[in-house]
Amino acid sequence: MSEKRSAPSRQPFRIGMLLYDTRYRSLTIQVIALMGFMLLVAWLISNTIQNLNSLGKDVSFDFLRQPSSYDINQHLLEYDSRSSHLRASMVGLLNTLLVAVLGCTLATVVGVLIGVLRLSRNWIVARLMTIYIEGFRNVPVLLWIVFFMAILIETLPRPRDFRGDDATASMLLGDSVALTNRGVYVPEPLFSNSLGDVPILGWFSISLDLITLLIVLFVGITGAGMIRRRAERRQAETGVRPVTWPIRLGLIAIPPLVLLYLLGFHLGFPELKGFNFSGGIYMRNSMIALWLALSFYTAAFIAENVRAGIMAVSKGQTEAAYSLGLRPGITMSLVVLPQALRIIIPPLISQYLNLTKNSSLAIAVGYMDVTGTLGGITLNQTGRELETILLLMLCYLAISLSVSAILNWYNNRVKLKER
Amino acid sequence: MESAAFVRTEMAAARPPPSMDMGPVGWMRQNLFSSWLNSILTILALLGIFFALVSAAPWLIQSSWTATSLNGCREAIAEAYGEGTHGACWAVIRERYLQMFYGFYPRDSYWRPNLALVMLFVALAPVLFTSLPRRMLWFSAVYPFLGLWLLWGGSFWIVISILFGFFVGYAVLTILMRMFGQLAGVVGGALAAVLYWVILTGTVADLLHAVIPLGIEPVESARFGGFMLSTTIGVTGIACSLPIGILLALGRKSDLLIVKSICVGFIEFVRGVPLITLLFVASTLLNIFMPPGTNFDLILRVVIMVTLFSSAYIAEVVRGGLASLPRGQYEAADALGLDYWKSMRLVVLPQALKVSIPGIVSTFIGLFKDTTLVSIIGLLDPLGLANAIRADANWNGIVWELYVFIAALFFVFCFAMSRYSMYLERKLQTGHN
Repeated sequence: MSEKRSAPSRQPFRIGMLLYDTRYRSLTIQVIALMGFMLLVAWLISNTIQNLNSLGKDVSFDFLRQPSSYDINQHLLEYDSRSSHLRASMVGLLNTLLVAVLGCTLATVVGVLIGVLRLSRNWIVARLMTIYIEGFRNVPVLLWIVFFMAILIETLPRPRDFRGDDATASMLLGDSVALTNRGVYVPEPLFSNSLGDVPILGWFSISLDLITLLIVLFVGITGAGMIRRRAERRQAETGVRPVTWPIRLGLIAIPPLVLLYLLGFHLGFPELKGFNFSGGIYMRNSMIALWLALSFYTAAFIAENVRAGIMAVSKGQTEAAYSLGLRPGITMSLVVLPQALRIIIPPLISQYLNLTKNSSLAIAVGYMDVTGTLGGITLNQTGRELETILLLMLCYLAISLSVSAILNWYNNRVKLKER
Repeated sequence: MESAAFVRTEMAAARPPPSMDMGPVGWMRQNLFSSWLNSILTILALLGIFFALVSAAPWLIQSSWTATSLNGCREAIAEAYGEGTHGACWAVIRERYLQMFYGFYPRDSYWRPNLALVMLFVALAPVLFTSLPRRMLWFSAVYPFLGLWLLWGGSFWIVISILFGFFVGYAVLTILMRMFGQLAGVVGGALAAVLYWVILTGTVADLLHAVIPLGIEPVESARFGGFMLSTTIGVTGIACSLPIGILLALGRKSDLLIVKSICVGFIEFVRGVPLITLLFVASTLLNIFMPPGTNFDLILRVVIMVTLFSSAYIAEVVRGGLASLPRGQYEAADALGLDYWKSMRLVVLPQALKVSIPGIVSTFIGLFKDTTLVSIIGLLDPLGLANAIRADANWNGIVWELYVFIAALFFVFCFAMSRYSMYLERKLQTGHN
């Protein structure tokens, strides 16, 4: 290899090379694209400024600090009509998150159940589940929401039907739950020796009882996890697995129960007073209709994902596990589920996102989520379309992007490690 | 040999399987009662079906079809089936089904949306069925303008004038390409066409209309409604979002960092916000973004936002199709010396789009269902019309009949499309992955 190649002679730069030389052309295209994009944005902004000027408006977020002067019938934070628009939006955002979390939970439970049952060998059950899935998937979710709302309003008894000796309706589960056409009343947890509330940043307060309970629960679960890991180490070393489940169960269950007893935990039951119920937790129709409709609609999609995930794990995997002598339960938990979950979870999370985005349809039944407060009444009262819609989009975008960040982290963690 | 005591010389006839494993009984034992758990499930399911039928069937059947108001319905049902019977009042559907389909479109012009729908199928046919003559694609290309003209009406010369823009662009392209090369031709042709559309279309159309008046009666957007409105928004949205979505997907897969970031930013933004916020933009903000004085019609604004919305989803579907192609296809196209656009047009996209057709169809189903959201911003789609009908004094208090009718129609459309997409998936499976 004595022969040395001379480097290609460096041509002098000519203007035409910007177009015809692949080394420079991508740069040219990108610069043009960027300029075009900036021009478009500048055009939109200048239009907006001109239009706002001619309307006599400016862009300012001061309205967030002004009193909102409207009521929100369901609020997780303390709120009244003198609170600011910002607080109203926060109440709305929390309502969105509340119905999203409730909806995702129920949708997962129903969806997994339906998905598994659809694979059942029972002909009639499998057909019924197919009907459920196709029925819910092929009708718009908005229609389901108003439909559920209509069911609640039209078929449930009025509160006054519970009155008197000749009551036509009665409460369920030992007089603890009342289903009425105004909403559902369920018992509320009460503490007679309550620790009180702790204010956070002067913004809102959290019940100290709840925090203590969660801490105790967390410590118990961590302890149980440590015991389980130690048992696994012992099993790996000696081949004998010590029986630990009674200790673990006790560690998780007993401390919270003791704490509940110490706090004087009891249930506050709803009671009929006058023409309406009082006491207990009052869940409005709008929330229940939205919750059920979103859950059942999304469950149909989740069921299909679950079915696809289970069917994607080949039969050979199960057979291989059996041939190693694993029992069916262990085969399921160690061989089939880890592989199926890798397929199920990404679409599952995108279904959660869809559910959260669809919860913006709350406006159709009057549930005050962030679209109803910030994008509804606040927008109409202040007339600041640009600012409110921008903030509204940012709220949803923040939720979506944080969930996709979690999804990406998960995907990277369970990715097939190819060696 | 002779010590063999018994040698069978003919086959014994096969015996029938046990009678319990045959026929309906066997089928039931296998599929309905194979274990105690399955038996319980079967019985529960049968009980559920029985109660559903018992509670719904009388309501569905003991109904009135002829009354003119809800009270009339109740009286007719009480007369026919006895006092206290709850029956469906299908009369509201009989009276208002035309409104549900066409909104407030002028009655003597119903042939226009009908014709547009029929022509839509004719235009779709060559795209979906490859065995049809390729010449029909010309009709598919002209259809969008023809269909919209049929729906909104007005001078026919507008269609001609807009189509003439393509001719202008093409002519400039060929001339410039011969004189200055390909790039100048493409840029000049596009520029000429856009300039023509912005400045001259209206004038040319007016001029031609003055010479030979040819047109149909224009219909205002406010009279659009019902399933016609849903279909118009859905079909226009998907048709316009396909090219944008393909470009976005190509941009997202490209090596050009700036182009890629713009595309990713757009796609993720649109997919991260609910459609309803985009519809709010359409109803309140879009006019603020446009040059002062422009005033779009609400349906057009909705179609613009719906197009942007679905183009992000189409882009993700097409990206999936692009990712499913093996790298060898891209490399082979490069090795043949094709430039980027040619390799995309001739090698990559035909294969990628074929894979993504089922995804595109399901995006369309989703979009079609989502068109019900326009009732929230005050357009009269089927759900909006249902609210309007319930506000009518005659039909005040009617609930289930309208919802059942709308749900049934949506179900038929969407179910048929999803079955078609599954059929396509099977047909397009060429077996080599």
